[in-house]
Amino acid sequence: MSRALLVLVAALLVCLSVSLFGENLIASRYAYYYDILITIGINVILATSLNLVNGYTGQFSLGHAGFMAVGAYASASWSNHLDPYLLASIGGANSPFATNVAFLISMLLAGSLAAIAGFAVGVPSLRLKGDYLAIATLGFGEIIRVAILNTDFLGASRGLSVAGSYTNLFWTYGSVAICVYVVLGLVHSTYGRGFLTVRDDEVAAEAMGINTTKYKVMAFVVASFFAGIAGALYAHFKAFLTPEGFNFFRSVDVVVFVILGGMGSTIGVIIAAIMLTLLPELLRALAHTQFVPPAYQGLLENRLILYSLLLITLMLTRPQGLFGDPVAIRKRFTRSRGN
Amino acid sequence: MDRLIEIVQQLVNGVSLGSIYALIALGYTMVYGVLRFINFAHGDIYMLGAYSGYLLAPYFAHFFKFGEFDTFTPQNTLFILSGAGLVMVLSMAICAVIGVLIERIAYRPLRQRPRLNVLITAIGVSLFLQNMTQYRLGADPKAFPQLIPIHVVGGLGNLTILTSQLAIILATILLLIVLRLIVMKTKMGLAMRALSLNPTACSIMGVNNDVVISFTFALGSALAAAAGILVSMDSPSINPLMGNLPGIKAFVAAVLGGIGNIPGAALGGLIIGILETLVVAIGFPQWRDGIAFAVLIVILLFKPTGILGRVEREKV
Repeated sequence: MSRALLVLVAALLVCLSVSLFGENLIASRYAYYYDILITIGINVILATSLNLVNGYTGQFSLGHAGFMAVGAYASASWSNHLDPYLLASIGGANSPFATNVAFLISMLLAGSLAAIAGFAVGVPSLRLKGDYLAIATLGFGEIIRVAILNTDFLGASRGLSVAGSYTNLFWTYGSVAICVYVVLGLVHSTYGRGFLTVRDDEVAAEAMGINTTKYKVMAFVVASFFAGIAGALYAHFKAFLTPEGFNFFRSVDVVVFVILGGMGSTIGVIIAAIMLTLLPELLRALAHTQFVPPAYQGLLENRLILYSLLLITLMLTRPQGLFGDPVAIRKRFTRSRGN
Repeated sequence: MDRLIEIVQQLVNGVSLGSIYALIALGYTMVYGVLRFINFAHGDIYMLGAYSGYLLAPYFAHFFKFGEFDTFTPQNTLFILSGAGLVMVLSMAICAVIGVLIERIAYRPLRQRPRLNVLITAIGVSLFLQNMTQYRLGADPKAFPQLIPIHVVGGLGNLTILTSQLAIILATILLLIVLRLIVMKTKMGLAMRALSLNPTACSIMGVNNDVVISFTFALGSALAAAAGILVSMDSPSINPLMGNLPGIKAFVAAVLGGIGNIPGAALGGLIIGILETLVVAIGFPQWRDGIAFAVLIVILLFKPTGILGRVEREKV
């Protein structure tokens, strides 16, 4: 076994043991922190997977929430309609084995459907570049949302209750570990060279005989798969889904994680996702202390004001993000409008 | 005959909706013409236009008797229109200043940087405008004051055309003519066209590119503000997020017409407006927000230059 695989197995074992021995304690005694922990895990998966597209491959996608929605609704529908049969045949709804197997199946289904959606979106739209790609992915994300809004089977605008709150620390952080492992593994493989060449100079890559479309679509499909997994975790964590939960701002959240962390830096993006999940909570706590006049509470509680200022100042002062590699980013962006 | 009236009716609805998209799309297309980037915050300028009108109207409500007339009569028409026009022009001026400030503070320092950085900044500016408005004025929808009396225009048989729809269409035509004159007949317009052809050569010829870019932002923002006021006359409920969808749809309109092309933006706006009305008319009202994106994807895949993108060489 390679070292990376060993680390992965160790990480999974740690997640499993924490989940087995600590889950109930944390969930019952520190429910608030438990919620934040799970949210952090979901956000890290979203950010790491989007980083594969926006960071390593250099394509700017603004529709990650759409694929998350596909995964969330797929796993929710599976659990709502097929779990009763599945659970009955392998041990009943009270058996932890049966529920976890059912969740695993629904997660894999969610990821696969999201990956198929990613393929369907990626093949046509990845022919576009830069801001056009951003708008096209945004459009696809919105189309997915409008489609859910019009599908009665998925609850339309009423929202959809999800049977079974299966999401726990093991599944969340196990998925985080696998997602990081897959992304890093891809990036450090031959495929990763492909992603990076597409990012650094698409024309040169094509001239070298690299099938750039193939690499772009591959990055997109993998990212969509993990967005679907994150969606499944989200669905079985919140137990209730509305199409509004997957709107444009959700995609922006993820993009902000990636940009703050530094496009193309997995560790940076993970840190950014953790920081930006904690920050609104801290600010909310701060807003209700005596140091903040009531008039300014709203300012601190609105995370999007903070994000917007963060985006603008970051772009003005440090476009490579907190942990990004300045040289790679500068190279990547050299073809601006000079003449 | 009924069928014909129905078609004309839907066309009028589509054109009045499309006029709004056209006015916003012009801002996208002009900024794209001079800077080659998508001003993501443009839809929020439209929102700010509506809010400026909302905040300004009370100051003039007493003098111009806003909301006190029930119908247009030959005696009061000019009076009503001058009141509404004043609010509109002032809002346009405010938004022009905001547009110039945004360009000066957020975009100009990034002029030499890659386009993606500017796009991200623009998303930041958009979020900032929305959420500051939400924070300062509240997230709840506000009732826009009634600037003109809204009733069915008489003398058209079975056609139901509201005065507000007529106002939208007429005001748009007027603004388009003014814009055309500015772009084609003034020195500033000439500079805008030159800049969009070749920025370097333009500045060598002694044009101050910064001034021209500021002017372009002012012009585009003023048009978006006009669209915001006009749409609020027709459906008088405004909220801080109202600029999102129209902004994106107008962008689609600009791409459809050929981004960078002024007549194209107007044409694209009309097409998107009419398509959207058609989708509602044939019985899929829930899908009205999806159609613009479908159009966008089709156009980007099959004719990325847009309808007029290639024929017209003039780019502003």
